[in-house]
Amino acid sequence: MNTPNITVNPELSPEALKKIDREVAKYPADQKQSAVMAALVIAQDEKGWLSKETIAVVANYLGMAPMAAYEVASFYNMYDLHPVGKYKLTVCTNLPCALSGGVHAADYVKGKLGIDFNETTPDGKFTLKEGECMGACGDAPVMLVNNKRMCSFMLPEQIDKLLAECK
Amino acid sequence: MALIDTINPLLTTGWSKGDDGWSLKDYEARGGYKQLRRVLESKMTQDDLIAEVKKSVLRGRGGAGFPTGLKWSFMPKAAPEKYVVCNTDEGEPGTFKDRDLLRFDPHSTIEGMIIAGYAVGAKLGYNYIHGEIFEIYQRFEAALDQARAAGYLGNNILGSDFSFDLFAHHGWGAYICGEETGLLESIEGKKGQPRYKPPFPANFGLYGKPTTINNTETFAAIPFILGMGGEAYLNLGKPNNGGTKLFSISGHVNRPGNYEVPMGTPFAKLLEMAGGMRGGRKLKAVIPGGSSAPVLPADVIMDCTMDYDSIAKAGSMLGSGAVIVMDETVCMVKALERLAYFYFEESCGQCTPCREGSGWLYRVVHRIEHGEGRPEDLDLLNRVTDNMMGKTICALADAAAFPVRSFIKHFQSEFEYHINNKKCLVDPDVQRAGSGFFKAGAA
Ligand SMILES: Cc1cc2nc3c(=O)[nH]c(=O)nc-3n(C[C@H](O)[C@H](O)[C@H](O)COP(=O)(O)O)c2cc1C
Ligand code: SF4
Ligand code: FES
Repeated sequence: MNTPNITVNPELSPEALKKIDREVAKYPADQKQSAVMAALVIAQDEKGWLSKETIAVVANYLGMAPMAAYEVASFYNMYDLHPVGKYKLTVCTNLPCALSGGVHAADYVKGKLGIDFNETTPDGKFTLKEGECMGACGDAPVMLVNNKRMCSFMLPEQIDKLLAECK
Repeated sequence: MALIDTINPLLTTGWSKGDDGWSLKDYEARGGYKQLRRVLESKMTQDDLIAEVKKSVLRGRGGAGFPTGLKWSFMPKAAPEKYVVCNTDEGEPGTFKDRDLLRFDPHSTIEGMIIAGYAVGAKLGYNYIHGEIFEIYQRFEAALDQARAAGYLGNNILGSDFSFDLFAHHGWGAYICGEETGLLESIEGKKGQPRYKPPFPANFGLYGKPTTINNTETFAAIPFILGMGGEAYLNLGKPNNGGTKLFSISGHVNRPGNYEVPMGTPFAKLLEMAGGMRGGRKLKAVIPGGSSAPVLPADVIMDCTMDYDSIAKAGSMLGSGAVIVMDETVCMVKALERLAYFYFEESCGQCTPCREGSGWLYRVVHRIEHGEGRPEDLDLLNRVTDNMMGKTICALADAAAFPVRSFIKHFQSEFEYHINNKKCLVDPDVQRAGSGFFKAGAA
């Protein structure tokens, strides 16, 4: 999916700002920048992805240079700097998972959705990503839904159920 | 829920009720926060506390196995501002113990961190939690709220003059933040690029202040050590390898999961606890300490006991205690290709030998796996690793090199077969069937 040229309002809602305030409060008063990782996640959750403009809004709110916030957003894998489908599915294919069906699970999802890794279904519903170890290898195959929800033991039947749930 | 089996359970005592046993009430019912109370009420000195931890010979559970008591003793006494940081960035492929620790028993880590704060004179702590386990991060925050409401965190804990607070910080998908100084940079709101050492975190840590950083399992062990005494804890294991350890067993066993056993337990026993080999197939190789540890062939690992010294003597590392079991259906070239890709992908790029070297390793193993290997490739791989090891800011470059060297060393003929015949020694259909969908628990 290409970056659409419609402009998204980069401003954050009062609820999002309140959540960011809660993160800022965890750190010493002169270390607001420590909250940038959490703040970018809050912004991503609200907007679906992080545009340069949204990143700048977060940076300004925390009193840091937009470039510094952008560096963070581009360093960590789970920030989406481009629009993704409504459901981003990340399948772990690292070796421990691959020994217990991780690659099979990825292939199964690819087949069901008709897309490869780093692609989005034409209806904009699903984006598929290949993941690295999620620290849950005993539950292989494992998948993340929209970064935050982990699904364990994803055999074909469970994958079918998950995809059906994603409305 | 993770499958659990233990010999001498300590860390896993609270796991039996699964997701229903994590709350403060449950933790207190099994003796939780008693040790913190005892430390504060008896006004135990910092030196006595650190001496007790030293006696236990608890060694860091994050990978390097550094003695915890000794690490704590490096903290400068006089500094006004100090920090305690917990490393739950668990991203080392094969490792999934810290996730279950925080999921089933978050308060043991919290109690361990508060006691550590008391021992080193810190007033503030952070637990850095792997971004991929956001639900666990939320549970940890809920546990922190419980602890704060009960007076275990905050000002004048349990009416003493000791104050300490603790917060959770989550990652967002970068393996390198497991490296302790990369992690500190990340808490500071920057890219997680490791720092040159020295200075070590004990002198220059979070926000430039003295900082003690330990793995989750290390902190979680502290209340148990104080409960039974350092010496009794040591004696659970074997000399120089104190206590019990969680092993995360993945791969071709019948019951993947976490198993807590005393240090020094034979590998064969651990394999048996994990239900033995899947489908009764033959063991080929084991990576005993997370993907960064050198692989060991079946006959070598079957003679090992699971402790730092035995695994080191066999030529590998106990690392994080992640045991990756591979049977005869595995193509070693393909297995190595996946690991090499991981290190290439996760190198933070600061050091040329690591950035370039990890790319070379991946590309050369990839071409061997895909039937385009050249006779000189094995020498090339070894030369590239020579130029990486010990030549970089952090140990990720070494971690990328160890698998390559050890896979080639122990399975050279399989690599040669691949280069000469342009295909796998193990039939691809056999490989696929051997690593297919698998329902845990079914023998
Ligand atoms: C590339 C790399 C990744 C690491 N990942 C982790 C990790 O996920 N968890 C961890 O506790 N230690 C990890 N470590 C080790 C830490 O740097 C550090 O030694 C450890 O957290 C210290 O705690 P301990 O003494 O209790 O083991 C990693 C080290 C390197 C070089
Ligand atoms: S060794 Fe690799 S991961 Fe570590 S600091 Fe250097 S480039 Fe980064
Ligand atoms: S390898 Fe997939 S979660 Fe660890």
